[in-house]
Amino acid sequence: MATLHTVNKSPFQNQTLLSCLQHTKSGDAVLMFEDGVYGAASGNALSDAVAGFDAGVKLYVLGSDLAARGIDAGKLADSITAIDYGGFVDLVASHDRTQNWL
Amino acid sequence: MSETVKKFLYVNRKAPYGTIYAQESLEVVLIGAAFDQDVSMAFLDDGVFQLTKGQDTKDAGLKNFSPTFRALGDYEVTKLYVEQESLDERGLTLDDLQDIQYEDEDDDYAEKSSIIVVSRSGMADVMADQDVVLSF
Repeated sequence: MATLHTVNKSPFQNQTLLSCLQHTKSGDAVLMFEDGVYGAASGNALSDAVAGFDAGVKLYVLGSDLAARGIDAGKLADSITAIDYGGFVDLVASHDRTQNWL
Repeated sequence: MSETVKKFLYVNRKAPYGTIYAQESLEVVLIGAAFDQDVSMAFLDDGVFQLTKGQDTKDAGLKNFSPTFRALGDYEVTKLYVEQESLDERGLTLDDLQDIQYEDEDDDYAEKSSIIVVSRSGMADVMADQDVVLSF
């Protein structure tokens, strides 16, 4: 019974991404999109907390929102997977519920 | 009469008056309760501020919707999960929250607290136990 968590706010603006991560369970997935993609870049103050988060939780980021913001896919941490809209749909379909972290 | 009852969790993570989210959440909860679903509410992060007692919005010109929480029991919404860490971070204790009760019809209508304090990991368990999670 795994959950897909989605985050669309910059982690530098509020605590949403960190709170989301703290409420995940092993087997869950977290997708960062819209301004949430700023949480997927490496080399910033939150990179260790996000990319280093390892509790059996898979981390994804929506590639088109990365590109829109000029974030090079090569700047992603190794633990984060870029997906397209089709991949987004697959994630929704393959999890038991989706929780949007507004 | 054997329609499927689903478990709905309404997640509240915002303070009460800065945005419309908290008030809208209550509206939706009451609608959901009218459909005889298994409704719970979760309060974490700034959402715990929604439950504080002593809210007085008169001079601010806002509608004080905090008394509505005390009416939830009449709509069979009797599980309000509150995260301990979120209270701690904000310097709040259970004493700072409204006393929200319901009458347990299975126990001679004894008055019981609707507030269930859970740890952060306990809240994750509550979330993982739902059919539908709606965020506000």
